[in-house]
Order: sequence, then C-alpha cells, then structure tokens
Amino acid sequence: MTGAQERQKTTYREAIRQAIREALKRDDRVFLMGEDVGRYGGCYAVTKGLLQEFGEERIRDTPLSESAFVGAGIGAAMAGMRPIVEIMTVNFSLLALDQIVNNAATIPHMSGGQFAVPLVIRMATGAGRQLAAQHSHSLEGWYAHIPGLKVVAPATLADARGMLWSALLDPNPVLIFEHVNLYNMEGELEADAGPVPLAGAVVRRPGRDLSVITYGASLHKSLAAAEQLAATGIEAEVIDLRSLRPLDDEAIIASVARTRRALIVDEGWRSGGISAEICARVAEQAFYDLDAPPARLCGAEVPIPYPKHLEDAAIPQVDTIRAAALELVRPQGRTA
Amino acid sequence: MTAKPHLDRNHARHLLGQMLRIRRFEEKCAELYTQQKIRGFLHLYIGEEANAVGVVGALSADDSIVATYREHGHALARGIPMGPLMAEMYGKSTGTSRGRGGSMHIFDRSTRFYGGNAIVGGGLPLAVGLGLAEKMRKGSGVAACLFGEGAVAEGEFHESLNLAAVWKLPVLFVCENNLYAMGSAVERTESETDIHRKAEAYRIDSHRVDGMDVVAVEATTRKALERIRAGAGPQFLECMTYRFRAHSMFDSQLYRDKSEVERWKERDPIERFGEWAVACGLLHREDIVELENKAAAEVDAAVAFADEGSWEPVTDLCRYTLMDAVPT
Ligand SMILES: Cc1ncc(C[n+]2csc(CCOP(=O)(O)OP(=O)(O)O)c2C)c(N)n1
Ligand SMILES: [Mg+2]
Repeated sequence: MTGAQERQKTTYREAIRQAIREALKRDDRVFLMGEDVGRYGGCYAVTKGLLQEFGEERIRDTPLSESAFVGAGIGAAMAGMRPIVEIMTVNFSLLALDQIVNNAATIPHMSGGQFAVPLVIRMATGAGRQLAAQHSHSLEGWYAHIPGLKVVAPATLADARGMLWSALLDPNPVLIFEHVNLYNMEGELEADAGPVPLAGAVVRRPGRDLSVITYGASLHKSLAAAEQLAATGIEAEVIDLRSLRPLDDEAIIASVARTRRALIVDEGWRSGGISAEICARVAEQAFYDLDAPPARLCGAEVPIPYPKHLEDAAIPQVDTIRAAALELVRPQGRTA
Repeated sequence: MTAKPHLDRNHARHLLGQMLRIRRFEEKCAELYTQQKIRGFLHLYIGEEANAVGVVGALSADDSIVATYREHGHALARGIPMGPLMAEMYGKSTGTSRGRGGSMHIFDRSTRFYGGNAIVGGGLPLAVGLGLAEKMRKGSGVAACLFGEGAVAEGEFHESLNLAAVWKLPVLFVCENNLYAMGSAVERTESETDIHRKAEAYRIDSHRVDGMDVVAVEATTRKALERIRAGAGPQFLECMTYRFRAHSMFDSQLYRDKSEVERWKERDPIERFGEWAVACGLLHREDIVELENKAAAEVDAAVAFADEGSWEPVTDLCRYTLMDAVPT
C-alpha cells in the first residue's frame, strides 16, 4: 500500500452520519434514538437515510419526551446496550437535565462502580442561524461543570467522525456538542479515518505572539483572524480544545508558556462560563509566564437575538477576535 | 385475605419471614439512627412491607428493579444480603456501594437492582431503558419500577408511561400509594386521585390492589408479569398502602390525624397475614416464633458486619466518578 490514502470530499454532517453508520454496523448493541431521527431524517438532516438502512428497531423515533428518552438511554446503557441519543438542540436538553446530571453522572459513583453508563448524547449548539433565544445558546460549558460527564465539541470533519467512535468505546456518558454552523462545512476526509481521542487539545495553527484558545465553530473564526493577523506580523497560535471536560491543562499551559499571552474565545457567556475556568487555570498555572493578563472574548450577556446584525454582534466574529488579539499584543496607547 | 391454592405452608412461611426481616431490619435502623450510626435521611417502609414482598418476590432472576429512596424492603426482598445492606446504611466500604450511596441509593449488580433513586420520578425513565434493552435483545426479563404516588405528578411519570406504552416495553410500573408525599395528601395534589386511571389514559393495563395484603399483591403481580411476558406491553399496579412512621426519621406529622394512623395500623400487613395463616392452619404459632428468631439473628449479624466494616480511604474519594471500563 502507498501512503496516499483515498480521500473523500464530504461535510461535517456526513462525517457524523458516516460515524453513526459505521458504529451501527460494527456493534449490534448500538442504536440511535431521538426526536425525528428516523422518518424525518433528523432536524439537521444528520441521520437522513439511516432508518431505511437500519430499520425501526435501531433508528428509533421518540415522542417529545426528552427526559424519558434520555433516561431510557441511560437505562439501556446500564443494561449493556450502546445507545446514541440525539437531542435536537442544547436548549431542549434542559428538559432532560435531571437524567443527565442526577442519573448518568452519578450512578457509577453512587453504585460504588457496579454500574457504568456508556451512553453517547449528541446535540446541536450555538448561534448563527437566526433561530433566536430558545435555539441558539451555547450551554456546553454548563455540562463541563459536572463530574461524571465527558464533554466534547468536535470542530473538524475528522473529529466529528472520530470522536463519536471514541465516545462509543468509552465506559462513561459522553456529550457531543455539534455547532449548528458546522454541519454544512465541507472538507476532505480519509476513507478509513479512525477514532480520535476524547481528551487532548490540539494546536491548529502554531504561532509565537499569543495563544487563542477556543473550540467549536469559533475555531474557524479564530483561524481566519489569525490569518489576517499574520499579515500584520502577529503570529497567533490557535488551540482547539476539542474537549471541555476534561480540559487539557497541559496543552493550554504549554502554549501560553511559549506565547506568554492568552485569549480565550467562546460563544458562551462570560459570567461563570468555561472561559472563566480556562482563565483561572491559566492564572493558577502560568501566572509568572504571562506578559499580559489573560483576555476573553465571549458571547454578549444577552439571550441570542433574532435579527442577523444583532445575532452577529452577540457572539465572537473574525474582526472582534482580531481586535481582541491586537489589543492583547499591542495594547492601545502603547506601541509594540 | 385472598386465599390462593398455591399458598402452602412453605410459601406462607416465606412471605411472613420476608416481611418480618424487613420490619426488624428497619426497626433496628431507626435505633441505629438515634445512636448516630446511620445518618442523613432515613425513609422507613414500616407498614408497607407487603408490597415489596409481594411484588419483588414474584420477579424472576432475569428481571430488573428500579426503586426509590424508600427501598430497603425491596432490596431485602430481592435477596441483597442484609450485612452489606446495613454496612451501606452506615457508609462503610463493605456496603453494597462501598458506602458511597447510603440508605437512599442501594445498588446491586448481581441481583439486577438498579438503584434506589432519590429524585422523585427519576427512576421511571431508567426502567423504560432497561425494558427497551431487554426487548431489543429479545430477552424475557421485565423491568419492575416502584415509586410513590407523589411521582405521579412529575412529568417523567407521564413521559415514561407513554414511551413504554408506545414501544410496548416489558415494564411493570408499581405505584405504592401510601396517600402522602411527605406532608401532602394525595387529594390535595392530584386532580385525579384514582392513580391507576392515569395509566389507563396511556392504554396501559392497570389494576388497584390492597397493598396491606401480601397475597393479593403477589397474585396481582404474577398476573401482570404473565401478561407482560406474553407480549402485552407494560402493566401498571396501584398498591393501596400506608406508612406507619414519619416520612423520614422524624417529622411532627401535623399533616395527618393520629386516629388515621391507628386505623391503618389495625391492618398491619404482618400481623394480619400471620393471624390469618394461623387461623386457617397454614402456620403454627411456633412458626412465627421461629421466623422472629431467625430475623432477629440475621439483624444482629448484619449489625455486627456493619460495625466491623472499614471506611473507604479518603485517598479513594474520587474513585468511580469516571469508569475505566464497563463492569461485566
Ligand atoms: C424531584 C424531587 N422533588 C422533591 C423531592 C423531595 N421529596 C423527597 S420524598 C418526597 C415525597 C415523595 O412522595 P411519594 O412519591 O408518594 O413517595 P413516599 O415518600 O410516600 O414513599 C419529596 C417531595 C425529591 N426528592 N425529588
Ligand atoms: Mg407517598
């Protein structure tokens, strides 16, 4: 064999679908359930065609009962199955919060290790489709607060495909957050792309002047901002967290120690958010390496509004990321 | 009292013996609570034993159970050994969950006991999932889910009944209606106080049974299990019962009349069944004495086991928060 793997043009959406399809073929304990995952094909069309391929037993349309079907996923996982539960969006997952936080995250511990909950829950997150305040929030940081859960946010095609694979192999409940703006993202993927570990941040662009620490759809905006910054002579290192729980302290601190400046970019709100946690860890572990206070660019403290210009203004964008980076490296009133 | 032909001397001894074990175990727990060996919340089942013995006793080994924080009776009826159960009440590492759960969170993998759940209504979706797994694997097991009438007001109750019915899952829903959720009488919180009628609204076969009569509970459960195993989908039992003690260890019981409690105590499931069995010649007085002695000895041994147990090392504090592997 040559090193040249066959590469296929595909999308983020199709990469997830492919991962689900492979899982269903590989392991007969795997099944998918959620609202409109079957006949409708998934509210974001991720699961289109799977019902026809795998049948109603394994592609299960559920009633509008987030708590019951998430809890049923937990029960089935405890009984030895490997369910993939789809929740339409993170806002609706709040109706299943009891099951996720009080059962999935606690039962292994409360049972003294007698029961594991090998469950995968996928859901859409984030703003950018003008869906207003009940369909656009970024609450993944909330879930990252909870011991007993793993929380990942794949931002690339390879991660979308490979992290679902790893999530199904993991003995713990794994929450996968898929940013709504990524589903249509195109790219190439190796035909036999393999699993991607659930933990471990990665440097998506190396740079020496600051570390931009981000995840999900903000990764791509951060990369675009870094490209523009490079034209002005500023080299931003862009870190893709991939996992929000656990956080990869080592990778974050190693990068910040090199660049001596940290900018955290997060669509979620600033107050009490995952960005605050990252900031705190940078301050705790890299304080003496820093040339400037850690900076954050977060979602505005407002329910996400409907009109395009306000929605855009509510979350980090390429130009605001670039401006925040510039301010961190060459503070106004000071020249570099 | 419903007489059943299969109720021979051995079985009568078994039923009475189980109820006595539970009663004496919990009386001892109350004592240990005042000695501060058991802490936290302690929800006693005293008065309701006929339900655990009747329902759980009718299950087979491949059935599974989801219960509430008032689950000591169900755990004992299921065959979880009393020593580790008592050690769990203490919080000792020799307890069923290595002490991490306590009285409200009894789990036992080997008997398919999927927990005492302390979120009212929180166990119902789990039972639906256990039933789903069983059905998908074409097993013959039933998931039995026990909960109080307070859970009926929760959304999870309705979601779970509907889902189990739509998917025709092998789930036995058992509502232990003791008429109160803490201090809230059912007629003050439910627009429809005939709880089993709610299950009928989901087209689930539903029966009300005298939960102070162990034989009736057992017979009704057996029939419901037969229907589930024949593929009829979920079944629902409403067991009319009463707790003789406070909701948790102590409350001033301002919400009910002493006379009401006394009236229910006249229907004590243990005394009633014992007297009846003696009267109709199924049991001798000596049987009862012997069962009492056995229960007392078992409780003493369980207390000794719990007293002797060690504590989990603090260095293991975070253990089992994330699992390294799925236990098999
Ligand atoms: C979701 C939730 N709300 C409130 C409570 C507090 N609480 C614990 S037990 C209880 C009463 C439940 O009554 P019921 O379901 O009838 O069971 P019983 O205690 O009578 O056995 C309440 C309100 C809780 N544990 N969970
Ligand atoms: Mg009650």
